[in-house]
Amino acid sequence: MALLRTLLLRLMTTAITLLGVAVIVFFVIRVVPGNPIAMMLPPGATAEDIARLTALYGLDKPIPQQFLIWGLGVLHGDFGTSITLRRPVLDLVLGRLPATLELSVMALVFAILIGGTAALTGTRLRATRVEGAIDIAHGMALSVPDFLWGLLLIVVFGVVFPVFQISGRVTPSLQLPFITNFYLVESILRLRFDLTKDLLSHMFLPSVALAIPLAAIIGQLLKQCLKETMHLDYVTLARTQGYSEARVIWRQALPNAILPTLTLVGVQFTFLIGGTVIIERLFSYEGLGNMAIDAVINRDLPLIQGIVILFAVIFTGVNLLVDLTYAALNPRLRHG
Amino acid sequence: MNYLSIRNLSVRIKGGGPLLRDVSLEVAAGEVRGLVGESGAGKSMIGKAILGILPKAVEITSGEIRLDGTDLLTLPPAARRIKVGATCALIPQDPLTALNPSRRIGPQITDRLVDILGWARSKADARAMALLAEVQITDPARVLRQYPHELSGGMRQRILIASAFAAEPKLIVADEPTTALDVTVQKQILKLIAGLQARRGTALLFVTHDLGVVSKVCQSLSVLYSGKVVEDTTVADFFRAPTHP
Amino acid sequence: MADGRAQIRRSAGLRLWLPAAWLLTLLVVAIFAPWVAPKDPLAQDLFSGGLPPFWVHGADRSFLLGTDSLGRDVLSRIIFGTRIALSVALISGVLTCAVGASLGLLAGFYRGWVDTVVSRFIDIWMAFPPVLFSILLIAVLRPGLFSIILAIVVIDWTRFARVIRAEAMTQGAMDYVASARVSGRGKFGTMVREILPNVLPIIVVLLTLEMGIAVIVEAILSFVNLSISTDDPTWGGMISEGRTSIHQAWWVLVFPLITLFLTVLSFSQLGEGLKDRFDPVLR
Repeated sequence: MALLRTLLLRLMTTAITLLGVAVIVFFVIRVVPGNPIAMMLPPGATAEDIARLTALYGLDKPIPQQFLIWGLGVLHGDFGTSITLRRPVLDLVLGRLPATLELSVMALVFAILIGGTAALTGTRLRATRVEGAIDIAHGMALSVPDFLWGLLLIVVFGVVFPVFQISGRVTPSLQLPFITNFYLVESILRLRFDLTKDLLSHMFLPSVALAIPLAAIIGQLLKQCLKETMHLDYVTLARTQGYSEARVIWRQALPNAILPTLTLVGVQFTFLIGGTVIIERLFSYEGLGNMAIDAVINRDLPLIQGIVILFAVIFTGVNLLVDLTYAALNPRLRHG
Repeated sequence: MNYLSIRNLSVRIKGGGPLLRDVSLEVAAGEVRGLVGESGAGKSMIGKAILGILPKAVEITSGEIRLDGTDLLTLPPAARRIKVGATCALIPQDPLTALNPSRRIGPQITDRLVDILGWARSKADARAMALLAEVQITDPARVLRQYPHELSGGMRQRILIASAFAAEPKLIVADEPTTALDVTVQKQILKLIAGLQARRGTALLFVTHDLGVVSKVCQSLSVLYSGKVVEDTTVADFFRAPTHP
Repeated sequence: MADGRAQIRRSAGLRLWLPAAWLLTLLVVAIFAPWVAPKDPLAQDLFSGGLPPFWVHGADRSFLLGTDSLGRDVLSRIIFGTRIALSVALISGVLTCAVGASLGLLAGFYRGWVDTVVSRFIDIWMAFPPVLFSILLIAVLRPGLFSIILAIVVIDWTRFARVIRAEAMTQGAMDYVASARVSGRGKFGTMVREILPNVLPIIVVLLTLEMGIAVIVEAILSFVNLSISTDDPTWGGMISEGRTSIHQAWWVLVFPLITLFLTVLSFSQLGEGLKDRFDPVLR
């Protein structure tokens, strides 16, 4: 079946891309000035101590050999041990991943809600001042990166109207009964809505900051697609049948306008995930991005590798998912 | 009183030139009137004005459009579109773009019957089946479940015709329904439309640039030339003594 | 026309001149910083630490926008920070443009294996999250102005390459190119003489946008303390300090933030305005 063949082909190219990423990361960060071992030990450590630990982490071997060792380890699920945090990289990375995922998905939901509403309103009220205002808002939202929106939100809601939290994932003094790191999901499943409230008040500002650029992209593109669709004959036919404009936009135009928007949104979502790195730092949110920055500052090579590979996997995974969804949703591809 | 009565209708592009100037025409109940003119003469605009689907860049500056006595232009928008939806229908020009590509045929015919006219789903389905048979589609049950791209242009036009008659409208606007079709198929489609109209006594405003079509189907006609009605007569009289090129 | 959108679009002329004016002001301020700034940006005065801006009670008028915890004048630091922001913007922008546009032109015009190689390269490159990539690169290279510029070029050249490649392909298929080839011009010559001038407007637009991106990247890097040395003032560095003391001294964060905001917005709007201007000419 054609779909299966496409899928296999994509998986292969994905694997090659990931391999390329792994190679680049591995070799690039070993050209590092700055010895992570030396940074780890207290001042006054002897040369022997440094040499011993270097050998322990295998950093004294030639680079290609290190890559092979690491590569073999990866195939067994062993991504090495973090130099600064002294724990297996895989555990650390998977431990922080849920926090970042929750944040990203929440941002995606906000982006879809905000962008979708803007697009639908702009289409319903097209050629009015409201649409013009929406266009301007889109332009501004796109000109400014999530980093600045985050800062703006911190100033407004942290200082001027202190309604939401601007630091951390959860209030430190709270006792958390969770077994996974999907705090938000678990708090809902366990019906601990007091915790959900606390988590949400911490997550709200960072996810809005992440969402704003994506919301603008969704809003612009969807509005464009909707307006084009509104000119099509089957839409005007529906209007002669007695349906209201709003109903026609929702039921006739929207389903057909969503497809082209979908592909772009998928790609842009990967950028959103990339944005978590700095947004998490900004809001001191304990996620993958924040850990990544620390890892880089401390030259924690195994941890850096693990995180970068994981990000690359997520990126290519999302791209693959988008392509598959597009193929599945397009009735012409399905039946034709 | 005539079912459709347009008096002194003027339409123009917003901030631009006129498209229709002081147009008047009447269609009696059960009458088939042709609306002829060259491309660009403004014929489609009249149909769109009646049905309330003028482009956003176009506006009505004066006149009245009466359906069964009520002037549509004085009604609030919601009331107007419901009246149009309940009593009128459109047979569109291009069968390739007039059907929603991502929905099956069945709902595209029955939805307005259920949503706007309040019919029961079963009654609507039965009506759709009956009409597809009337437009000579074999195996209507199968067609109802198919998607537009699986059907030919001729088939799709028949579906659109069936869909227009399904709601038992009092007035149908046929906007150049045969222009996008092969010559061989045109004759069949015209026969279908004429047959359906005769059996139901629906008033029909037949917009076309093809005089041959008019002579076959219409009883009377109006001729439009650059936005103005220049002739208004019965078909018989027209072909006996035409006055315009 | 009763079209409200057209009314708003009529103010498009403003859209070009307002950001241009701001950026020009920044340029002047950057060049003449030592004369414009009221104080020495590095001078610490622990007795004057944490003073608010001039309109707040308890301020010292000589420190117009207040001081940070070490008593350094916020306004002067912002002024000197402009130098770094603009140098990074200009140099990174031009270099990224040069590398990306060249590769894009070659790939789009020559096609064949050149295109395949470059395109695959771009795909792998774009699998990296940009922010992480830049932080990674900075950690690898020694902190400093040169490293930041190099990092921006390395990360963002794909933006130019993709767009220019597409444009080169479109232009390459056009008649005037075929006639140039027929009249005896070599491939490289055709590319430079015929295609390049037609691609130039897009390059200018992308360059403007790129400069805005460069300013942001530098600010982010300074924010995570991976930029130049900590003494020289950068907007990002000031924002970082301000973030930690936001409840006690909001002005240390807010003023550099506003400057950064206006600058990034200006580059974006200028770029978009130029794109609108060039569009009718291109099409």
